Amino acid sequence: MSDPRSALAPAVETRGLRRTFRASRGGAEVLALDGVDVRIERGEIFGLLGPNGAGKTTLIKILSTLLYPTVGSARVAGHDVVLEAVEVRRRIALVSGGETSGYGILTVRECLWMFSQFYGVPSQIAWPRVDELIRIVDLEEQAHTRINRLSTGQRQRMNFARGFVSDPEVMFLDEPTLGMDVNAARSLRAYVLHWVREKPGRTVLLTTHYMAEAEELCDRVAIIDRGRVLACDSAPALRRQVQGGQHVELEIRTPDGAGAVLPGLGDIPAAWGAPHPERGTRTLKFRLPPDRVLLPVLRRLEEQGLLVEGVSTRETTLEDVFIAVVGRGLDEPEASG
Amino acid sequence: MSRGLPASLVLDLRAIRARAFVRIVGSVREPAWIVSDAVFPAVGMCAYVLLYRALGAPRSYETLAVLGGIMSTYWINVLWGMGAQLYWEKQQGQLQLYFAAPCSRMAILTGMALGGLIMTSSRTLVAIAVGFGLLGVRVQAFDPALLVLVFLLTMAALYMLGMLLSSLFLLFGREAWHLCNSLQEPVYFLSGLYFPIRALGALGATAAGIIPLGLGLDAVRQVLLGAAARGLLPVRTEALILGAFIVVFFVLARMALTYLEGLSKREGRLTQRWQ
Ligand SMILES: Nc1ncnc2c1ncn2[C@@H]1O[C@H](COP(=O)(O)OP(=O)(O)O)[C@@H](O)[C@H]1O
Ligand SMILES: [Mg+2]
Repeated sequence: MSDPRSALAPAVETRGLRRTFRASRGGAEVLALDGVDVRIERGEIFGLLGPNGAGKTTLIKILSTLLYPTVGSARVAGHDVVLEAVEVRRRIALVSGGETSGYGILTVRECLWMFSQFYGVPSQIAWPRVDELIRIVDLEEQAHTRINRLSTGQRQRMNFARGFVSDPEVMFLDEPTLGMDVNAARSLRAYVLHWVREKPGRTVLLTTHYMAEAEELCDRVAIIDRGRVLACDSAPALRRQVQGGQHVELEIRTPDGAGAVLPGLGDIPAAWGAPHPERGTRTLKFRLPPDRVLLPVLRRLEEQGLLVEGVSTRETTLEDVFIAVVGRGLDEPEASG
Repeated sequence: MSRGLPASLVLDLRAIRARAFVRIVGSVREPAWIVSDAVFPAVGMCAYVLLYRALGAPRSYETLAVLGGIMSTYWINVLWGMGAQLYWEKQQGQLQLYFAAPCSRMAILTGMALGGLIMTSSRTLVAIAVGFGLLGVRVQAFDPALLVLVFLLTMAALYMLGMLLSSLFLLFGREAWHLCNSLQEPVYFLSGLYFPIRALGALGATAAGIIPLGLGLDAVRQVLLGAAARGLLPVRTEALILGAFIVVFFVLARMALTYLEGLSKREGRLTQRWQ
């Protein structure tokens, strides 16, 4: 399993990956990936950050041999995902946040053991590993519980552990903490970090649409939107790209709560942040370029009949980078047309 | 387990064992399944035996009914436990995990089949006990090695057919349940489960012969009843045909799975929950 070609190759390397999906009854063909080139080194935690529909899952599926690229090629651990699918599968694992896995009739322990067998892990290695993972995802009390008696959260944690039973070289985590409670998500993120650092060469490709997850975990982040990688670097380097100026957050009165139209700020791109229904306001975020002052912007808002109730400025975050690169906030739908 | 064997074979053997394990564990954990899988078929079989007895039919008919009851239990398992299985795995969102795993897909199906066979065999013990014990149904002196051989050939052919069906059913999507249902009834009839195959006439007998269940059953009857079974073909010929079924179904099942996997990689939808 540890042939030299594979051990030296980068964890992931794609060339001009493009993937289209056939239209669903009469609709237009969907372009899910539009020429993706990424190279992920061994030992990295690499994040794919992008809104829903950006193409993150499509990329992960191609890399995990579940989907053919329409054009282009990809290698995982030195092996072509189309031509050497089995070699790739030996070295990878895939966890998707929303999925359920396992048979209800089995206990957590049995179920994790079963999955390790599909990767050929000898049982004397598999059982201790299963027990360790059960400890890590905090299911010790449920170890002998049938999985059809687990709560959704417990089932999600078991599914996360499932990914690690085969000790893969490259781990694909597709929105692994989706819908998890905050504490569980935090401890699983900590484990991902620990897992990668524990043994040299282990690599993680993680997709997320949580900024904090990308920021906290990833050595490098690729910002992806509409099938294209728009920026790719470490979080500090990405932040430097948009440095200069001030990050401004205005609290604006919105009588009808959320859903107000984005006010025009001239040439300054802005995005809505979270609404505060209890105060009847919503945050408006933008970056004020170094050569500009705030007052004319506030005046402009006033002209549009908007009441500014609070002003704050802060450090650059990945979200600012995202807005600067993509032209809209992460949770905002695309403007049509 | 691993000494001297090629790594990919060891992997597939582990996968087979693990997938079979699910079935075997399942068979002892759900009391409701034990009733539906073991007691219901046995009751149905009893009814036929008692009916033949009341009508004064030849004693060999009772044996036919018992054997029919046993074999139909396997057929139900092949249909619902094999045929509908991949479709069901897809609904559970689990198919994708199998397609991303390095073991062969045939190993997963073989594991299901082996587990199903073992589980069903434990169920048929009830039918055997009731039929040959409680009801005192009799067979003639027979060759146990031949019986085992014919039985195993029949089972291999049936479960290979199940593997093929499971891929086909996945392609048919939501029609799978209807297909399972519609296959259940005619097969009972055509295979002559509860009555001698000859009674169906030449056409019926030919149709039944096409189905490995009917053929296997006919062979088992001949081993247990001799001439009284009024067999379709000599046991040796039937065994050869069953062997051919095994090969053909295996090859077709592999082809169907390969096609299915290619299709899912092209379309991107097959392994997803809703097609
Ligand atoms: N099997 C499919 N058939 C048709 N369209 C698809 C299929 N899978 C994904 N898409 C489309 O491709 C685009 C990218 O989807 P996806 O990769 O799932 O995005 P993400 O994971 O970033 O949310 C979306 O527009 C989605 O609707
Ligand atoms: Mg996705």
